[in-house]
Amino acid sequence: MTYILVLEQILNGLQLGVMLFLMAAGLTLVFGVMGLINLAHGSLYMVGAFAAAAVAGWTGSFLLALIASLAAAATAGALVELVVIRRLYQRDHLDQVLATFALILIFSEGTRWLFGSFPLFLDVPSYLSGPVSLPGGIEYPLYRLTIILIGLAIAAGLFLLIARTRIGIQIRAGEADREMIAALGVDISKLYTLVFALGAALAGLAGALVGAIQSVQVGMGEPVLILAFVVIVIGGIGSIKGALAGALLVGMTDTLGGVFLPQLFAVFMDPASAASAGASLASMLIYILMAAILLVRPSGLYGGSA
Amino acid sequence: MLTRESLLNWAMITALLIVPLAAWSLDEPFIITLATKAAILALAGVGLNIALGLGGMISLGHAAFFGIGGYAMGILAAHAQNYEPLFEWPFLFEGSNQMPLIWLVAVVFSALAALVIGVLSLRTSGVYFIMITLAFGQMLYYFAISWSAYGGEDGLSIWVRNEFPGLNTLDPIQFFAIAYVILCLALVFAARLARSPFGLALAAARQNEDRVEAVGLTPFTLRLTAFVISGAITGLAGALFADLNRFVSPTMLSWHTSGEIMIFVILGGVGRLYGPVAGAALYIMLEHLLGGVSDYWQIFLGLLLLLIVLFARGGLIGALVGREKAHG
Repeated sequence: MTYILVLEQILNGLQLGVMLFLMAAGLTLVFGVMGLINLAHGSLYMVGAFAAAAVAGWTGSFLLALIASLAAAATAGALVELVVIRRLYQRDHLDQVLATFALILIFSEGTRWLFGSFPLFLDVPSYLSGPVSLPGGIEYPLYRLTIILIGLAIAAGLFLLIARTRIGIQIRAGEADREMIAALGVDISKLYTLVFALGAALAGLAGALVGAIQSVQVGMGEPVLILAFVVIVIGGIGSIKGALAGALLVGMTDTLGGVFLPQLFAVFMDPASAASAGASLASMLIYILMAAILLVRPSGLYGGSA
Repeated sequence: MLTRESLLNWAMITALLIVPLAAWSLDEPFIITLATKAAILALAGVGLNIALGLGGMISLGHAAFFGIGGYAMGILAAHAQNYEPLFEWPFLFEGSNQMPLIWLVAVVFSALAALVIGVLSLRTSGVYFIMITLAFGQMLYYFAISWSAYGGEDGLSIWVRNEFPGLNTLDPIQFFAIAYVILCLALVFAARLARSPFGLALAAARQNEDRVEAVGLTPFTLRLTAFVISGAITGLAGALFADLNRFVSPTMLSWHTSGEIMIFVILGGVGRLYGPVAGAALYIMLEHLLGGVSDYWQIFLGLLLLLIVLFARGGLIGALVGREKAHG
């Protein structure tokens, strides 16, 4: 176990973390501003990935595929918000859970109907494939490094958007007091649609970026959605800062735990049972982390009262 | 006094008995199996409804208890069929293929899991509670996938259905009778629970937490107790469901299962005692009828669910009886 391996795994954890941030940012914004829990966020991730795979298949251009993923997910998000979601803001969480669960069924089966059950593949473009040498003698896949940089850039952009722009002020004002902002003449329902579409676009982009590493298939959004929930619970609902901290924490814990726990167990166990016990524990690690954080801070690292 | 709702309840529970009996006399074992499945899923819904309808706890992690019940059956029966001792200390135990013992183990372990998950997640409320129960359910799902000793992702198959003293459980109508009787007992239990001092205090904690505290009760303890009872009943349903299929796999633990159990409760009508019976029966009928028409029947299920949530909040019973029952 060399330090190069450790650094590589830290980069992998970072990569998972920034992708989780793209998912969690939309979820936490939608919850913070509209008070809505959206289970169908994973479906928007899937929509982005499928749109990217389809466009990459037609045009062969990865850049166009990414643009398509943003556009398709934002459009799907805006449509869903206009038709279904906006009827749910005044409802209780149970109705929101059920309606968005229904949306998952519709999205998943609809995608299966359009594209079939077989996974699609989205290839990493040639100019981004292959390894790149980093200082310290690490060979790291260029594509994964690109994902990390894109993710960090978007995180920075999102912070600027929220902190420095007029839209950001409106979003923060909407979180604090939705009646007051409506009284001040901001078209609140347009703002809601915009926030929802923004969150959807981020999820769709994450889906497309990850889709090039994994396969693009129906149901791909759900494991990520649940990780994003863990991220939000850890970070505190409604907090973008919390989403970033939580995403990096979960990304690191999941990646490093999966690699190093079996090796750690092998110190005092025979290899076969160490591998299986390590893998079992590693699969539960982030939930244990979540439980531990809940015991200390029930409303998350950066959360106010829920 | 018989209200329209209680008349409807009687009609439903009688129909659930008559349909398989008729199928039995017509020698249609498949219909009996469908009715058995509906009864078992309704039982899981009755369990969830104690937390959801009575206690107002929106648990999206009840698949955990359903799956633990399923694995209790799978593990005990797998050891029994392979003659491998499950443990040798403090006494030799070779697993079991006796349903009563399996049910006991299923109930105890799902209650324990509900206790641990409940203690952690009831520290929070609202949307945190939903996400945390979902996350813990998913934790067990991933654990089951990586647990290679009991089949991992492939699950565990049992060759012969487990035994119940005095009955031939391989005969569909006799296995249905077991599931039906347990469902009826659970319904009676849930009805009595709702009217007991505990049930009234729990409903009060749902409606106004401060007042319940002011009269000297602890909402946390009330909710935790209800959550454990709820988990135990859903766990029992899981053991029966695994026995129906003679198979248990991580799918039983996945969050789709949690969503489906919740759908049974909602299709029927939240907070209504017989809601899960109506919901599970409707779900099985839809699955059977639409599933025959299209492979993508879940689109229609999704649309139906969406319409019910948006426009018919009382569910099936609400639509038939008329009066909407609040569940805030």
